[in-house]
Amino acid sequence: MSDSELTSDEPEPANRATAPAATTPILRLRSVTKEFGRETAVREVDLDVQDGELLTLLGPSGCGKTTTLRIMAGLERPSDGSVTLAGDSVAGNGQFVGPEERGVGIVFQDFALFPHLTVAENVAFGLTDADDTDAEARVDELLDLVDLQGMGDRAIDQLSGGQQQRVALARSLAPEPDILLLDEPFSNLDVRLRVEMREEVRRILKAAGVTAVSVTHDQEEALSISDRVAVMNDGRIEQVGDPEGVFEHPESRFVASFLGQAGFLSARVSSTSIDTAIGSFDRDLLKGLEDGYAGAMVDVLVRPDDLRATPANEDASDGVVVQRQYTGPSFIYHVELDNGDTVRCLHNHAENFAVGDHVRVDLIADHSLAWYPGR
Amino acid sequence: MANDTLEQLAEQTTAGAESDSRLPVGLTLLAASVAVLVVLPLLWLLDRASMVGVQRALTLLTSTDNLGVLVNSVGLVAAVTLGGVLLGVPLAVLTVQTDLPFRRFWTIASALPLVVPSYIGAFSYVSAFGPRGELADLLAPLGVDRIPSIYGFHGAALVLVLYTYPYVFLTTRAALLSFDATLVEAARTLNHSRWQAFRRITLPQITPGITAGALLVALYTLSDFGTPAIMQFEVFTQQIYVNYRAFGGRDLAALFSLQLVAVTLVILAVESRIGASQRGAYVSRGARRPGEIELGRWKGPALLFAATVTVFCLVVPLAVLLLWLTWENPGYASGALAFSWEYGWNSVLVSAAAAIVCILGALPVAYLSARSESWLATIIDRATYVGYAAPGVVVGFSLLYFGVTYAPILYQTTLILVFAYVVRFLPQALGTARSSLLQVDPKLVEAARTLGHRPTTAFRKVVLPLIMPGVAAGAALVFLTTMKELPATLMLRPTGFDTFVTYIWRVRGSGHYGRAAFPALVLVVISGLSMLVILARERYDVG
Repeated sequence: MSDSELTSDEPEPANRATAPAATTPILRLRSVTKEFGRETAVREVDLDVQDGELLTLLGPSGCGKTTTLRIMAGLERPSDGSVTLAGDSVAGNGQFVGPEERGVGIVFQDFALFPHLTVAENVAFGLTDADDTDAEARVDELLDLVDLQGMGDRAIDQLSGGQQQRVALARSLAPEPDILLLDEPFSNLDVRLRVEMREEVRRILKAAGVTAVSVTHDQEEALSISDRVAVMNDGRIEQVGDPEGVFEHPESRFVASFLGQAGFLSARVSSTSIDTAIGSFDRDLLKGLEDGYAGAMVDVLVRPDDLRATPANEDASDGVVVQRQYTGPSFIYHVELDNGDTVRCLHNHAENFAVGDHVRVDLIADHSLAWYPGR
Repeated sequence: MANDTLEQLAEQTTAGAESDSRLPVGLTLLAASVAVLVVLPLLWLLDRASMVGVQRALTLLTSTDNLGVLVNSVGLVAAVTLGGVLLGVPLAVLTVQTDLPFRRFWTIASALPLVVPSYIGAFSYVSAFGPRGELADLLAPLGVDRIPSIYGFHGAALVLVLYTYPYVFLTTRAALLSFDATLVEAARTLNHSRWQAFRRITLPQITPGITAGALLVALYTLSDFGTPAIMQFEVFTQQIYVNYRAFGGRDLAALFSLQLVAVTLVILAVESRIGASQRGAYVSRGARRPGEIELGRWKGPALLFAATVTVFCLVVPLAVLLLWLTWENPGYASGALAFSWEYGWNSVLVSAAAAIVCILGALPVAYLSARSESWLATIIDRATYVGYAAPGVVVGFSLLYFGVTYAPILYQTTLILVFAYVVRFLPQALGTARSSLLQVDPKLVEAARTLGHRPTTAFRKVVLPLIMPGVAAGAALVFLTTMKELPATLMLRPTGFDTFVTYIWRVRGSGHYGRAAFPALVLVVISGLSMLVILARERYDVG
């Protein structure tokens, strides 16, 4: 059995956003649709997963991300469309390859460890072709990888949540799957452990050199561990890209609101400038604004850190503080502008406004802003 | 192709959302053939009944005799079911959720009556409380020359309640044990008192358990032959047996059988309407046990209640059996009524065979019904209960007719006897197998499949070990019930083939009650061992 994948101590690429685009994707979904009775859970999803990358499907509950994952695993049969894994068609055109023949690993939300088997027996469960000595060696190797040396004889119910997750990872990695799928892998852990395990899981996946697709509704988790993020809504993929790109240039209102706190400034575009409730700005501020938009209304995406509020008397103010959100290191003030728009402003903990205070709002962003046609 | 079947079977094990869209063909066929086999005897019964003729059937059905038997039967079932719930549910709550002293003891004591065949209970009650019985003898010197008659409705209902309430006790207990205590705690924090929380949270959650037990009690009562026969209470079973043996009575026996089956179907229909759906039946293994309720000043009355039930169920009949044992001369060696150990061996043999066949038949049906909510799966599942509900007398009557008319090769063999047991007791194996299967997270099978195992291997390596305790308990239940089965054994046994049960019935018939004492006690002990198996399994579940 080859253990080269594990022992190669590959340093992480400096820029993890760059997936090896030249190679053919390891997993390819084309027009994948899944209907449950009258409900359509997944609509015409196209997605390529590159070799070695960690891609996260991000979206609110019910958006179809878990169903998409189960289709990749072969646990659901797509109603339409095709799935190609490592060059072989595994679903589509009336053909279907079951999960046991796909070479996929899956880490379930509640880990689904076999309660009647020990840690080592769980990890060895998928090593069907190996003889006992090889299997034992492989189990030890994986327990090393997930930092559970010497715990092979433990019963599952003797393990903490974090340890169970490590076992689940080791078990799914043992048969060297072409692709590893993780279904809300951190949702069963408490908050502190969750942050710790995020880093740990990323380390393990990279050390194992495995391609992985993860599913989550937690945007912070998605942005922090992924090489690429695919944002899903209502069964569709709205945007795919590296975390920074998706966060800073959301292509839809939904993506903008789902990732981070978003406020929208309604603006009128003139031939030279754009006019908002907090002042007029140069047209260049909006990314990719075309001439044809002159005279139209647009909504400009402003994040809390793009805006700064300063105290002002009622006449000179742009709006009123309607809500304050204390996060420890900082405040986020919700300001209702005179025209009815509500925006959020990020301040450090020392700057203290009360609800009802009149404030002026300034745009302090040093980058171009995303915008959407007005509604 | 077989692989397709397996794939469908495996898909069946995935989330419930998809279960309705495709039924696994192979599994469905297997389960359906099991259901058909156990329903066949009813078809033969229809075949026999159709020979009666419409005119004569109408006359017989509308006679006052027939209507009286119908009213008697329904009344007995209602009374016994109500009594079973009134005894079983409080005992289950007391032994699971309160600080009742010696709970382990009361748990066993409350479940133990299940191992006393109700007809043995009926014998001893007739002996103890009948006219010229032990109690009458005891009271005579005190000037009491008449005690209320034990015969008829009262006696039959009393004895049946005492020996069937454990069904409700056990199913309610199981429901309580698998119940997540955090739900009650949530209700308490939402301003519900303990009692309100019990009524609004616990009760709805354990209602399926209670209903399942009550259904077993109702079906047992309807099908019980021994108790009404001994208590001389005219219900369907007793009348079928009497008429079957009477010259020219077989038309009437067939009609009684049909009516009995009809009443059974009504009970099943009621149950399926009020029975809760399987949603929520997935029990989280980490479910915390509820905190104990402190009985406080109710401790005394609670103990008295549990003790009274135990005295009536166990102490009275055992005392009577032991009395018989000491009174009767050890004249076993004489004539046709001589006791032989071979009877015991015969009992064990047919019971073990019935248990094994039941498990094999139950697994596919249980798998289908646990993983699918389609109408076909429901019908198959329900169909197997029809055989369970069909009383031993009806099954015996039908199989005799079948043997004589269509299969002389099987007539008078133990094969047809074991088949009768399977028809009657399959649902006992089915119930435990299905509830164990429901507790196995379908994700475990998915995990096994993504780790490269075919559905059959995944079933063998993951599901089977996890449901084994449940399956074993089901087998024990079938074994136990078969050991004490009376009517079908009486009617179908090959000539010269005696079991403990038929021996007891023969010596009772001859009036030598005392000779029944020894085999009856042995039967009670053997059955008691099976009960220990079941309780051991429960401990496994509790962890």
